[in-house]
Parts: sequence; structure tokens; C-alpha cells
Amino acid sequence: MTRIPWTLVVFIAGLAVPFLGSRFYTFVASDIVIVSLFAMSLNLLLGYTGLVSFGHAAYFGIGAYTCALLMKSANVPFLPSLLAAGLMAGAFALVFGFFCVRLTRIYFAMLTLAFAQIVWAICFKWNDVTGGEQGLPNVPYPDMAWMSAAPILGNFRVGDQFYLSALLIVALCFAALRRLVDSPFGRVLTVIRDNPERAQFIGVNVRAYQLAAFVVAGFFAGISGGLFGIFNRGVFPDFAFWTKSAEPLIMTILGGMGSFWGPAVGAAAFIVLNQQITSFTEYWPLTMGTVLIVLLFVFPGGIAGTLTGLLARLRAGAKPANAPASTPQTVKPNA
Amino acid sequence: MLEVYGVSKRFDGFTAVDGVDLSIGRGEIAAVIGPNGAGKSTFFNLITGHLRPDAGRIILKQRDITGAPPHRICLMGMGRSFQRTNIFPKLTVFENVQAAFITHRRRGANFWDLSDRLYRGETEALLASLGLADKADALSGALSHGNQKQVELGIALACDPEILLLDEPTAGMSAAETRETIRLLERIAAERGLTLLFTEHDMEVVFSIAQKIAVLHQGRLIAEGRPEAVQQNADVRRVYLGERH
Repeated sequence: MTRIPWTLVVFIAGLAVPFLGSRFYTFVASDIVIVSLFAMSLNLLLGYTGLVSFGHAAYFGIGAYTCALLMKSANVPFLPSLLAAGLMAGAFALVFGFFCVRLTRIYFAMLTLAFAQIVWAICFKWNDVTGGEQGLPNVPYPDMAWMSAAPILGNFRVGDQFYLSALLIVALCFAALRRLVDSPFGRVLTVIRDNPERAQFIGVNVRAYQLAAFVVAGFFAGISGGLFGIFNRGVFPDFAFWTKSAEPLIMTILGGMGSFWGPAVGAAAFIVLNQQITSFTEYWPLTMGTVLIVLLFVFPGGIAGTLTGLLARLRAGAKPANAPASTPQTVKPNA
Repeated sequence: MLEVYGVSKRFDGFTAVDGVDLSIGRGEIAAVIGPNGAGKSTFFNLITGHLRPDAGRIILKQRDITGAPPHRICLMGMGRSFQRTNIFPKLTVFENVQAAFITHRRRGANFWDLSDRLYRGETEALLASLGLADKADALSGALSHGNQKQVELGIALACDPEILLLDEPTAGMSAAETRETIRLLERIAAERGLTLLFTEHDMEVVFSIAQKIAVLHQGRLIAEGRPEAVQQNADVRRVYLGERH
């Protein structure tokens, strides 16, 4: 049985979305692509380093405001603005993280939440810069002249063109994240997640590595926020609100924090569900909550975790007597 | 190799370790014994930097390491195992040991190479010498207690220590496993010229391999010396050995 290059298949399917010609599909796909980067950046902390952050929206919000302000008010081109969004978010993550990694477990989580609420309060009140409660509407689309001049792409709407750029950028970010978690640095993070006390005594400066992971996660959350502000055509204080921090947490748990692609799968499931349910009923939070509870019971290791376990069991199916029971505990987590 | 001068540690008025002096030469195999609560584990945690002493000084290879953080002490050539088995349960046996090679050789800040390709030969050789070669790809958290202790020893040895601190290396092992572990320790210590400092409450183990024994009682050092001398010591017989015989 040859392995199917799922990553490539999904990427090509993603590229094909604008050819469907539907504004709605492109809209949903853009949402999924951008938000999955947000969830994947959180999983570097949650699944790989064992740090539960309740304040990841801070970096999403900082990235969104940075990118929007640069593009809207300073007319800086798209790519430098987006890079600045990541760097700004990473810089804030460095400062906040410096304090957060001094605490452990629930205290760490609480402090990340506290910092995120400070960011939210500043966005909410600093009318001159952030537009306060009104936010920053009318964030411009990037200049797509080059794409409009290209043969096939030229026929697409600007929303489709932006979607394709976002897809490309997010794919590059995923490649970078993949490389990172497969690197010795990534191995050290998993070692810290498994056992910080032991990690110290193989020569790991635990706090320094946790801080580094926090900064990298903040950087990618910032990129995601920058993209989302443009996609959303506006940036608002609730980008940094605590409910926004909960979203990637739910997505990651739903998709499975034990596997690399889990958070992206979770993001896709979450967004599609949300879309479907809101179109059926006005009681969507109730329905969504119920569906999430059921999903968590059906897929205890997350959707991706359960599916990988199932695939492994199918492959070992030739000799089922020796095949280990595929509970989420035996599914090998990120290593 | 290791010198400890007047080290003390108090917790909320309770003195766990009280002015202990100890000196261990290169290549020596030394044991710290004492009844439960005598301060053995605290004493170890002071040496390895997990706790900061309230008084006293700790010298490793002529360098003062008092109050240094654990990762720095580890990088200076000290390895340790813990009383309660302390491994990376969600990684395979191979990855456990390989991770120690990576971090101890300061390759952890490498964001680009593939970690899977690093130190394969070294890891395989070490696993083979520990008798773990056939379990390399098993999830370490799913192994038997004895095997997990071996994995932990592998992690400690991958850090290429000059001195190894073992907190109850045979705790929870069967008699056969204990004998095997002791033989393994002796062999490895001889092969690598290791200095060993261990705690143990199995007296048979202690007297079979230790060249020097230090006895702690209520945080104080009440005897220190060659096994025969310690065995004859009146204080030791009264407070410690006497409880058993």
C-alpha cells in the first residue's frame, strides 16, 4: 500500500477552490486556511511544548492591527506589512512570554490570559490608533496587479486572488512549522512537554526553550491575524478578546493536538460546522456546543488522531490478533 | 571530583539536610544510605541544582556549582537518575536517548536539520550496551518498570557524564532485575571510568559495590568511610542497621 501524499492533495484541492466560481466557497476556504494557521501556531505550544495558553488571541490581534495599520494608514505594501505583523506579534510574545514561562501550568495559562486582556483593553480604548470600539474598517486588499496580469488568474475576483495568496503564504508557514517540529529544536520541545524536570537534567534550559516556542507561536499567530484582518475587511478589538483565544483551543482539541495536522483539521471542521449550523437555526451556539460534545466523545484523540489510529489499525489488519488496540493513548503523539 | 562542604537545607523550619560534608574522588563508587526521611533525596537535589542550599558550598571538578541551575550542572558532566522513574513517556526508547545526545551536545537550538538523522549510531550503540536494542521503537511509557529504569540510565549516560548520581537505581525491581542492574552499573562504571554516587536501601546492593559509604540520619552525616568501617560503626548500628537486624 503506497502512501498517499495527503498534504499535496489538500494543497491542490485548495488551489482548485476559486475555479468553482463561487464567492461562498472561496469565503469559507479563506476562513479555514487563515484560521488553521492560528490553530497550528497554538499547537506548537499546546501539543508540542505542553504549554496551555489561554491568551493566544493577543498575538493574532497584534498581528491584525499591525498589518492593517501599515497597509491602511501608511500605505506599506502587503508582504512587508504581513512580515511586520508577525515580527510585532513575536516581539510582544517575547516580552509577555518572558514573564509567563516563569510560571507553570494553570498559573501560566492565567498569565497569558491576563496579558491578552491587556492587549484587548488597549485595542478597545486607544481610539487614536486602533479606532477603539469601532475598530479599523475598510482594510484594503493588497495590490494584486501582478496576478491580474497573469493568464488564468487574471479572470478571478480580487477575493479569489487574495485567497490564493493567503493559501500560498499559509502553506509556506506550515512547511516552516513542519521543519521546525522535525528539527532538534522540535525534539527538545517534545522532551519538555513530556517531562520538564528530566529535560533540565539532560542539559536543557527549559524556560529559554519555552520562551522560544512562545515567540515562534506568537509570530505565526501574528501572520494569521494579519491575513485575517484583510480577509475580514476590518480589524476589531474582539480579535484579541478571550473568546478568540478559546477558538484555536477548541479547534486543536477537536482536530487532535497529538498530530501535526490536527489543528488544521479541527479548524476546517469547526468553521464548516459553524457555517452549516448558523444557516439552519438561530440557536446555533446551543447546537454547536452539543455537536462539539458529541464529536469529542466520538473522537477522543481528536479527529486527526482517531483517523491516524484507525489507518494504522487497517494497515496492521493483516494480522489482527497482534494488532494493538487503537486507543488514543497508543496513538503515537508528536515526536 | 565532587566536594560538598557544610551543605544545609531547611524547609519551613524543618532541617532536611544539616551541615553535610562529603568528598568523592574520581572513579570512586560511593553510596549514601540512611533510613527513610534521612535527607538522601534532598541531598541529591542540592548537588544537582534542583534545590538551592541555604548554607555550604558544592564543588564539581574544582568549580563552584553552588546554586547553579540544573541544566548548567548537567552540561558540566554530571548525570543523574531519579527515584521515581523519570523518562519521556510519549517518546520511543530511541528518541528518549537520542534527545539526550542532542541536548547534551548543544544541538537543541538547531531549527533546520532533521532530528531523526542525528546521533543514530551513538544511540543504537548505547541501547545495545544496555540491552534495549530490541525495544528501540517501543513507546517508553509502555515498558515495564525495570526497562524504564534502564531507559533512564540510557538518558543519563547519553549526557556522557563523568559523575553519575543515581537515586535508588533498583527501587521497585525484582531480585533478578536488581542483580542485573548492579552488574550493568559496575560494568559501565568500569568501562567509562565513571564516578558513581548512589542512594539505595537494599544493603546487599550497597555493600556489594560501594567503595565508600556515607550514612545520613535526620539530615546529619553520622558516619563516612569504607564499607567495613561503616558496618562496625556503633552509631550506624544503633540508628540504622540496628533497626533491621
